[in-house]
Amino acid sequence: MNTTILYTILSLSGLGATSAIVLYFVAQKFKVYEDPRIDQAEEALPAANCGGCGFAGCRNFAEACVKADSLEGLYCPVGGNDAMTAIAGILGRDAIGMDPQVAVLRCNGTCEVRPKTTLYDGASSCTIASALYGGDTGCQYGCLGLADCVTVCKFDALHMNPETGLPEVDDAKCTACGACVTACPKNLFELRKRAKKDRKIYVACRNTDKGGIAKKSCAVACIGCGKCVKVCPFEAITLENSLAFIDADKCKLCRKCTQECPTQSIIEIGFPPAKDKTATPDDTQTSATQQENTNS
Amino acid sequence: MLKTFSKGGVHPPENKLSANKPIQELGLPTHVTIPLGMHLGVPAKAIVQKGDTVKVGQLIAEKNGFVSANIHSPYSGKVAKIDKALDASGYTRDAIFIDVEGDEWMDTIDRSDALKITCELSPEEILQRISEAGIVGLGGATFPSHVKLAVPRGKTAEYLIINGVECEPYLTADHVLMMEKAEELLVGIHILQKGLQVEKAIIGIENNKPDAIAKLSELAKKYTGIRVQALKVQYPQGGEKQLINAVIGREVPSGALPIEVGAVVFNVGTAYAVYEAVQKNKPLFERIVTVTGKSVKETANFKVRIGTPVSQLIEKAGGLPDDTGKVINGGPMMGKALASTEVPIVKGSSGILIMKQTEAQRKPVEPCIRCAKCVSVCPMGLEPYLLMSMGQKGLHERLERDKVMDCIECGSCSYICPSSRPLLDYIRLGKSEVGKIIRSRKK
Repeated sequence: MNTTILYTILSLSGLGATSAIVLYFVAQKFKVYEDPRIDQAEEALPAANCGGCGFAGCRNFAEACVKADSLEGLYCPVGGNDAMTAIAGILGRDAIGMDPQVAVLRCNGTCEVRPKTTLYDGASSCTIASALYGGDTGCQYGCLGLADCVTVCKFDALHMNPETGLPEVDDAKCTACGACVTACPKNLFELRKRAKKDRKIYVACRNTDKGGIAKKSCAVACIGCGKCVKVCPFEAITLENSLAFIDADKCKLCRKCTQECPTQSIIEIGFPPAKDKTATPDDTQTSATQQENTNS
Repeated sequence: MLKTFSKGGVHPPENKLSANKPIQELGLPTHVTIPLGMHLGVPAKAIVQKGDTVKVGQLIAEKNGFVSANIHSPYSGKVAKIDKALDASGYTRDAIFIDVEGDEWMDTIDRSDALKITCELSPEEILQRISEAGIVGLGGATFPSHVKLAVPRGKTAEYLIINGVECEPYLTADHVLMMEKAEELLVGIHILQKGLQVEKAIIGIENNKPDAIAKLSELAKKYTGIRVQALKVQYPQGGEKQLINAVIGREVPSGALPIEVGAVVFNVGTAYAVYEAVQKNKPLFERIVTVTGKSVKETANFKVRIGTPVSQLIEKAGGLPDDTGKVINGGPMMGKALASTEVPIVKGSSGILIMKQTEAQRKPVEPCIRCAKCVSVCPMGLEPYLLMSMGQKGLHERLERDKVMDCIECGSCSYICPSSRPLLDYIRLGKSEVGKIIRSRKK
């Protein structure tokens, strides 16, 4: 009886020891060296796995950072400059900072200004609808309102406003990962530089039709009149294909263009009410006007 | 037992309301819009300018590349402008606007009705004429015909198959053409035979058109190699691959062209256009369009020049009924609803179907009950329910592996689904995404 137990223990320990020795040598032979900095870099990333950096996930991005010679062209929009500085510290390279960005919807075609001309009853997806036809309003460039962008947003930063029929960006939650930019079949989202207090001035329109046609399809369409280009003291506005574009890098948020725009297609968000020009910049009203996304 | 294709298929109500209506001519409109991209491939390049006077049949836009087609003016008048115009797709595209003045034709066009049977041209000359005349597949796909006729090296065409199936419910444009222009059609087929250098030509016609089968069979006796094949009624028999399978029993492999199995398919409308182009020197600028629907006062088959606004056809057919839900460009299975009736008739418009509000509405979407009806009706042997959910989830690799690109978008799955699920909508979405991936891989 005792010998059986003894033999069992001995044979099993022998087998274990042999396997351990074999495994040790095999592990030595086939060892894959992994840079420990990849793990460290991954730690520094937000682990959102959103793909905003252009890589398959945070780990993939960390590997790319370690492999690359410099951090140029590599940027995590979610973690922002903090995460990139941390990674640069780990890797001993220079951090390349970028201005934080935020997504804006370049369409202000609410139900009021852009009445529906047809009824769409197909599958509820912007991509499908836009492959079938121009859209259920007169404007073929505008928002279809079927919320593809809301579905792809991983940060809960986009919500449909049932009154306007348009999605709204929650600036506090938006990380500028760019998922909505690629999801929108009408290419209506744009990543713009975040300004102080999340103030924004941009052309909320993508209509490249000539003035008359654009105006007919939507009351707040950019008609390409060029008044904003003339009035801008910083040469931040350019006009192409009857559509104005404000360069966020040059724009000093002076608001001259918004007052000049005849169709109110240039919208301002986050400013105190226009009449109250004497108000101090750090007016508490800013947060209230910030919610007024429509401004029509 | 009549022949038909082997896989899947559905039997929607035929509703061929305008089957016995003769071909009618339409009056001249005052302003017309000719889109430059009314064929598959690269849009044509306009060669006229604002203010130019044009005659009927004059070349106004040149083909821009091999897979592209010439466009000829269907009206005489002045070019008003070259600008963007709304087309049937619901987007604005480049188009030539013409203000119609009089009806002056090019002198080169033979306008007599006399039948011209003999054709002395060589195959190359025939191809040249077809290419110059801007002929595209008139069955709806609008694929430039000269591309199809240019058989790649190493391949030989064994059969010329003429598509007179018209399996789309409601539409009768091909049917009336076969009845009224049978002799010209056969000459057209004969010319195509010569151009392709094939001996055997088979006209496939579904059994719901016995008069056309009888008439063409009788007339075909005069020609060597042309015969008529009656087919069992089943949708989508008019699909190129389905027709080849039904008529000669061969299966076109996945991703391959019909020439792979030695077949070239042309629609009857295309064969007639070939007759006019080669024998009468008349380029393609008019076609037969059915205007139909249960609520339409006078369903009709019109001979329409391209560029004519759809509203004019509807007006002639008794006006737009009050309870209209949808105006569809094409048939009920594959046609697309129009966003506006002011869009022009193009080379690919085979019919205008007006649906009542009650008919047009989609039923509410219910969950999939895994009945597999969509699988059993799919003529390409795909699994639509699976492709739909993969399309929704964006599983593009699996979509490609499961042959989403083979889908011919016939709509049989959406038609049969008892839960009225938008199967085709999502399959189309998957197709476009996978198509993009495949194209980017080639670069």
